[in-house]
Formats: sequence, structure tokens, C-alpha cells
Amino acid sequence: MSHQAVSEKRIGLEVSLAVAEAVKLADVDAIAAYPITPQTHIVETLSEIVANGELNAAYIPVESEHSALSACLGTIAAGARTFTATSSQGLALMHEMLFIASGLRMPVIMAVANRSLSAPLSIWGDHSDVMANRDVGWVQLFVENGQEALDITLSAFRIGEDKRVLLPVMVNLDGFTLSHVVESLIIPDESKVRRFLPPFEPLFRLDPLNPIMIGAIGIPEIYTEARKALDETLTASRIVVDETFAAFKNIFGREYHCIETYRSNDAETILITMGALSGTARLAIDELRSQGESVGLVRIRLWRPFPFDDIRAALGKAKVVVVFDRAISPGGPGGPVASEIRNALYSLEPRPKIVNFVGGLGGRDVRAKEFIEMIRTAKSKADAIDPLLYTMVGVRE
Amino acid sequence: MSNLGIFSARLLPQEELFVQGHRACQGCGPAIVLRQVAKALGPNTIVVNATGCMEIIVSPYPYNSWRLPWIHTAFENTAATASGVEAAIAILKKKGRFYTDRERIKVLAIAGDGGTADIGLQALSGALERGHDFIYMCYDNEAYMNTGVQRSSATPFGASTTTSPAGSASSGQFSQKKPLAEIAVAHHIPYVATASPSYPFDLIEKFKKAREIVGPSFMHVFAPCPTGWRCGSETSVKLGRLAVETGIFPLYEVVDGKWRMTVDTGDLLPISKYDEVRDIRGYLKMQGRFRHLTDDLIDQIQKQTIMTYKAILARCRE
Repeated sequence: MSHQAVSEKRIGLEVSLAVAEAVKLADVDAIAAYPITPQTHIVETLSEIVANGELNAAYIPVESEHSALSACLGTIAAGARTFTATSSQGLALMHEMLFIASGLRMPVIMAVANRSLSAPLSIWGDHSDVMANRDVGWVQLFVENGQEALDITLSAFRIGEDKRVLLPVMVNLDGFTLSHVVESLIIPDESKVRRFLPPFEPLFRLDPLNPIMIGAIGIPEIYTEARKALDETLTASRIVVDETFAAFKNIFGREYHCIETYRSNDAETILITMGALSGTARLAIDELRSQGESVGLVRIRLWRPFPFDDIRAALGKAKVVVVFDRAISPGGPGGPVASEIRNALYSLEPRPKIVNFVGGLGGRDVRAKEFIEMIRTAKSKADAIDPLLYTMVGVRE
Repeated sequence: MSNLGIFSARLLPQEELFVQGHRACQGCGPAIVLRQVAKALGPNTIVVNATGCMEIIVSPYPYNSWRLPWIHTAFENTAATASGVEAAIAILKKKGRFYTDRERIKVLAIAGDGGTADIGLQALSGALERGHDFIYMCYDNEAYMNTGVQRSSATPFGASTTTSPAGSASSGQFSQKKPLAEIAVAHHIPYVATASPSYPFDLIEKFKKAREIVGPSFMHVFAPCPTGWRCGSETSVKLGRLAVETGIFPLYEVVDGKWRMTVDTGDLLPISKYDEVRDIRGYLKMQGRFRHLTDDLIDQIQKQTIMTYKAILARCRE
């Protein structure tokens, strides 16, 4: 790593600006975006970079998020490398177009600065926005820190544009608690980026010399096959994610996996998190380990396609699995991550007890001592807790 | 704006870019529009189509009635998707990545009246305001025909549709037709025109002009729908002519804010040129959607038609 620190710049940078830097390094051709907190710093920076001539790209300042993604489908259908960013209500307004992007196999890359959904209106962070869009057929990744936000955004282009994938990719970063913090980052060297990320070459594009039809009607004889093909492609994109992370390690030296494990190999109790609160969760693990408790952390980076095998391998030997969700499925089984974990582990015999906590909603802080409390509660009451119930962290009853 | 020439049927290109075999109804006005527009714009065109009749009739997979590149993404966003296509072509050309050896490609956005006047109005306004170099065409068959003849904001007053049905307590559509072309003109774009497939040379000349324009053009095209209007499939072209002659759908263009009537219906007009129009009864009587109208309502529609027509005429004489 040390030689890289010499050849590559390490600077202090706001994480939103780091995402914009990744987009610039990717030499994106087109950006269409609409302002929404807390994503705005990303697109403000990008429009500035374009205005300064640092990035030769079309910046389309559209009149809504629905139009943002609609315009992105137009740019990518013409063969332009395409980026957009949004949050919360903006992602909700895009909902319809999210399905169309994946169904048409358009590798738009989108950063989502995760934020709660109204009502009540809240601009602060949680994972409600992305979880309401879990089934849209996109590759979905969650990052924890600024370096990862930059590196994974860069990787997203290579994953999505791979001819075996050709699917849109969503990079989720927690609103404010990650998007607005300044971190010390390594800005990748441009020549290395060129090696890592070849120019976008679409399989097909709108071209009068070779007319094609994009977006035909799927009659009942076709639709089922199209949806099955999408599921198979998204599931198989896992291979490309792994390959991309391997290539990233070779070229830049930093290592990423679909899940990250922390002191969990021999742990009897494992906490599961996604996103920026994982750093706080690690403090809790360290504290409990120092007290001699057998605990560890698994952080899910790749949310779609869901890494079932990795999860089974990482959790299979644990006695208690504590799942922390930053979103809730009202009237359902609690948090969406816990649902997935139950799915992944149900076929194992014996399988760990699963205890679900929901918290950090609408920007509510979750501190290390609260993670410690969650783990302790789960350990002591795992047998008594109804697996279909969840506990809301820090809620005033 | 140059006069692009005088047309005769013989001089139109033989090549069909919108081809037969599509699934439109008999006598479909919009399908005639597509054929004429394709001839006017030629092969260096990319079509962006909103969800609607003209989308479903051309694209039941694996069939395709277009010999032009064509994309459909959704209903309300055609102007936005067209913005993207146009912007991408420009930037890829500038960066030397693609399209560099192509002649000027024009992007044509197509949507019906619902996709334009109702659900797509926001995206349209945004694209016009941003000034993308593209043509937006609304083929106006005056209701949501694809979903089964529901009223839109472009449905004329008094027309019976499945969601503005005539009944003992209703005389059909309760509101006046939204003035789409005027809304486009208010965006101060370089070219706005109305057109009708019943006047093919006028339509073709206007689309050729729109193709030459750098910036947005808005084309409001009258498109009779025998299925939705409950008229004979052989009457589409006739109804298009009557709509012009009665002043219901005057043909004009607005070039850089300057209004001009383009079709002189001459002797057909009972008094002097342009000042009066034909009685609308003949037009209304041919269509089942107006069958319930009483004489009082017809008089009301006649007065409204003359008023609207004269307002446009006045702007053309400014």
C-alpha cells in the first residue's frame, strides 16, 4: 500500500464530492439529475466540474427525478456512459423508471444518498428509500465510508456495463452521516482508472445506420421469459461483482468483498449491518470482545444480487444473529434485511436464532452503547423472542 | 424560414420508413400521420415514442413497423427520454466517440394527446424550456384511445367518452380543449405548428421545416380516430378536412413568435377568406361521440369555435 500513498493523492474531501470525483474519473458522457437533499452536493459538484471543462459531459438539468432517469435511459440508449444521483422522494418518484431501466438492460449508474420517506417529512437518513425499491432489478451496493463510496462508484460502471450484466447499478451511501462528512481519501490515479474501466461500448445503440427497436411490448408469450432472464442475469452478475473487486484490488490495492466480516469467524453472536453505522457497530464489537464476549460483525455490501452463500458461510455456525435494519416493512416481519437473513438461514439445520432490531430511522442516531445493548438483549432473550417480532431501538413508547 | 418548396405526390420519397403490417384500427388517423411524418423527416431520424396507440401498434414483440431506430420507455416521459437521446448524440459527437460521420440526426418524440396535454406536460415543458434540438409531435385523437376512449384535457367540449359519458345529467366532456400549441408557443421555442394528415403537403412541409430548426419544435397534429369518435373508418381524412374548414382545427405555424395561417381553405369559406368558417354541424353529425348534442349545445360549440378561431386569426394578422 505504501507505494500507492506516494503515487496517489490523499486528500480531505467531502464524501459527496468523492462520488463526483469517481464520476469524473470514469469520464462519464452524460448526467441528468434533479436536486434533492442530501444528494445535492454530488450533482452540484458534477455540474461545476462540467461547467469548468474538467469533465466533457452533457449535464441535463431536468425538471424532476422521473425525467432524470427517463433522460438517462435516452442517453444510455445512444451509447453514452451515464450517471445520476437521488435520494428519498426522488427515488420514489423514479420508481416506475427503475424497473424500465433494468428491464431494458440499461446500465445507468446511480448514487443514492439514503434518506427517509415522508410523511412526516424528514430529510434525514435511513434506508426506507432503497428498501421500497428492493425489487427493481438493479445491482444494489451499500458503502460504509468515503473511500468506499469513491471506489464502489467507480466499480459500479465496470459491473453494470459488463456485457454479461448490462444492468443499472445503485450505490447507496447514508445521507448526511456519510454523504456530508469530510474524510481522508486516496484519489485514484487516472491512468490506473483507464486500465480498470474501459470505455463504454454498448451492445446496441440508437443509430439510423442500424435501426433497432428498444422497448417493445412484451405479450404474455414473452413477458415471463423476459422477467426470468432478468432474474438470472442479476443473480449471475455476482460473478462480475467478484471479478471487478478482484481487478480493483490488483490495480488499486484496496480490497472489497460482497460481505465484510469483522471478528466473526468464531463468534457465537453475530451482528449484521449495512451502511455507515457499521463503523459504530465495530466499536461495540471491540468493546464486547474486550469484555471476553464471543461477538462479531457481518456487514452486507452487496444487497442485490443477495449473497446467500456468503451469508450462510459467515453465519451458519453462530448461535444468535442480530440483524439491525434502518427501514421497516409496516405490517410485515420488521426489517427487510432480517427477512433476507431468515430466508438465507432457514434451510440450515441447526440454524441460528435471528433477532431483529429496527432503528436509526429518519436520522435518529444509534450509538455504540445501543449496539451493545442490542447484542446483550439478543443473547439473553434469543429463545424468548418471537422470530417474527422486531424491536424498535430507542423508541419512546 | 425558407419556403422549402412545392410538393406534389410524385415528388414524395417512395421509401416507406413506417411500414404496413402494423396493428392500427381501420382508418386510423395517427397511422397516416406517422407515414407522412416519416417521409418528411427521412432516414436520419430517431423516434422516441410514448406509451399509447402508436407505441403498441408498432411493437408487439417480435414485430416492428419502423425502419427507423425507435425507443419506448414510458408514458409521461417521452420529452425527457428524447432530451437524453439528443444530448447524448451531441456529446458523443463532440467527444469523437460515435455519430461523428453521421449527417445531422433529428430526434422525433411522439406522444398522443393524453401523453402530451395531461401526464407528459411537465416533461414536455422541461424539454422545451431547456431548448433541446428535437421535434415533439403530439398526435391528437382527442381522448385516451389506447385504454378505451377515456377523456383527456384535449377532448373537445361535448364529446362523449367512457369517462365523460353523455347521460341524463351530463352532456359529455365538460371542459374546453387545452390549447396545446399555444402552451408550446408560450415557451418561446423557434417553431410551433399545427398540422393534419388531411393536408399532407402542408404537414410534410412543416415537418421539413422542423427538421431544419436548431432547437425544439412542437407539432400539434390532428388525428381522427374512427374507433373513439364512432365514425366510419372511411371518414378519417374527410373529418380532418372538415375540422380545418370549420375552424375547429386551424392549420398555422408560429416561427420565432410570428403567427401565420398556412392553409387557405379559399372558396370553401362562405364569406371572405378566413373571416368566417363553415357551420360545424356537418362535422359533428358524422361522429357518434357528438350524437347526443342538442341544438343549444351545438350553437354553444359553434360560438366557441368561432371565438377561438378568430383569436388565432387575430394573432396571425398581428
